[in-house]
Amino acid sequence: MKLYDYILSPSCYKVRLMAALAGATLDLRAVDFHPGGEHRGPELLSLNPGGSIPILVDGDLILTESAAILVYLAAKAAPEWLGRASAEDAAREQQWLSFSGRLTTSLGGARLHEMLLRPGDLAALQAAGIAALRELEAGLVEQRLRGRNFLVSDRPTVADIACFPYVALAPDGGVSLDPYPAIRLWSRALRALPGFIEMPGIHRLHELKPEPNLEQSEV
Amino acid sequence: MTGSDPAPYRQAMLDEWYPVGLVSQLDRAGRHTALMGEPIVVAGDADGRPIVTGGNGRILPVKVRYGHVWSSVGAPTKDIFPIPEADQPGRRFVDVGVVRVRCSPLRAVENFLDIAHFPFVHTDVLGAEPHTEVLNYTAEIRPDVDEVWATQVKFYQPQASKSASGGITTEYMYRVPAPTCSVLYKTCPPRPSEWDVITLFVQPLAEDRCDVWPWMALFDDETSMTDLIHFQQMIFLQDRSILENQIPRLLPLDPGMEIPTRADLTSIAYRRWLKRHNFTYGAQLVAR
Repeated sequence: MKLYDYILSPSCYKVRLMAALAGATLDLRAVDFHPGGEHRGPELLSLNPGGSIPILVDGDLILTESAAILVYLAAKAAPEWLGRASAEDAAREQQWLSFSGRLTTSLGGARLHEMLLRPGDLAALQAAGIAALRELEAGLVEQRLRGRNFLVSDRPTVADIACFPYVALAPDGGVSLDPYPAIRLWSRALRALPGFIEMPGIHRLHELKPEPNLEQSEV
Repeated sequence: MTGSDPAPYRQAMLDEWYPVGLVSQLDRAGRHTALMGEPIVVAGDADGRPIVTGGNGRILPVKVRYGHVWSSVGAPTKDIFPIPEADQPGRRFVDVGVVRVRCSPLRAVENFLDIAHFPFVHTDVLGAEPHTEVLNYTAEIRPDVDEVWATQVKFYQPQASKSASGGITTEYMYRVPAPTCSVLYKTCPPRPSEWDVITLFVQPLAEDRCDVWPWMALFDDETSMTDLIHFQQMIFLQDRSILENQIPRLLPLDPGMEIPTRADLTSIAYRRWLKRHNFTYGAQLVAR
């Protein structure tokens, strides 16, 4: 499986992360997205007329939507990452996979504007991003009330991986995650998964330091 | 703020050269950006020569060097600092591209000079626990060239560069020849007698906002240009989120705000040099 990849792209990172968690191996082909704009060049446009990355090529199959790539990787290598135990689960998974597109355009757009100087209405992108974060926060809280720690079930699925990167990188676009405790807990749970990999701006969990030795008088 | 701003703390840095764009990306429409608070446009004329226009339509000084267009809102009296390696045959020159950071331009340079953060921010690439010790090194302000230099810097690195395979102890030299520019000389794995050159050119947009233009001159015939760009972008983007969270936003030059340790010798020399020259655009002074 060949992934047309960019180290700073959260959508490409979704695919790398899913593959790492599922134990699948990817053949990475680096795309000069910035500053070269290679994704708009003839070679990549012939694969994806939409002019976006990631692109996954596996034999005859060419996938250009990151949600479809995640589902494909999971179905092939780790079906437990598909949340399809019930009609409700399948619908919730599809709901959040589609929802992740809103994160890409809003928070992702703000990040591209603030970091790589792409054009855009920053205030509108940030406002749309905050609205999406509030919806995600409410969704995670409701799941906790159902006894589930992740977006679809009590274990992570492709829906969590689809939503995680643009949320974790919201501060790159000037949107703080401070107001969202459920999102922060969820992010921590995902970063603690065995096989988790990082990308620039998403740091690994460093081991918790031992309790500081408090002076007896302070206890 | 305009170029005629009389505030003395800005004056000293007004006459310096700053990077404002990539030569390879000049076009007629121009890049609408800013330099020290003044809106500027960086465009190419019909022959591809750069033209930089200031806020009120005035034509600003312009030079082309190291893959970048350089300009100034003042009247530079000196040339751009030399990098002799830029004229050495056999090197590959890498335009890494621009990254915007909400931090003081001086903080961007200061972070570039720091090695103690490698194991924690660039984990498993430029450093790794438990190899966190910064060994003794030398930092000085060289009077003959009036530059900050740090030499004999050594650090254990799991993946020192794109061309490195396995961990090595890398030797570094740092140089600050201009208030918002730094040049790093680093062990060159494919050619041990030479140094790889990695620079950080910083365009001050405002005192708390900058565009960073990393650039490299490397001996590496193996790695693709895209991989070289991505390696450096990965490193710099690991720093960006840290830089945007530093408090205070401006770089403190007076003692009292921070307690430096031995590992911060280069930072101390840099801050002392900035203060000596009144290079305080983006700095925090007690007196201000």
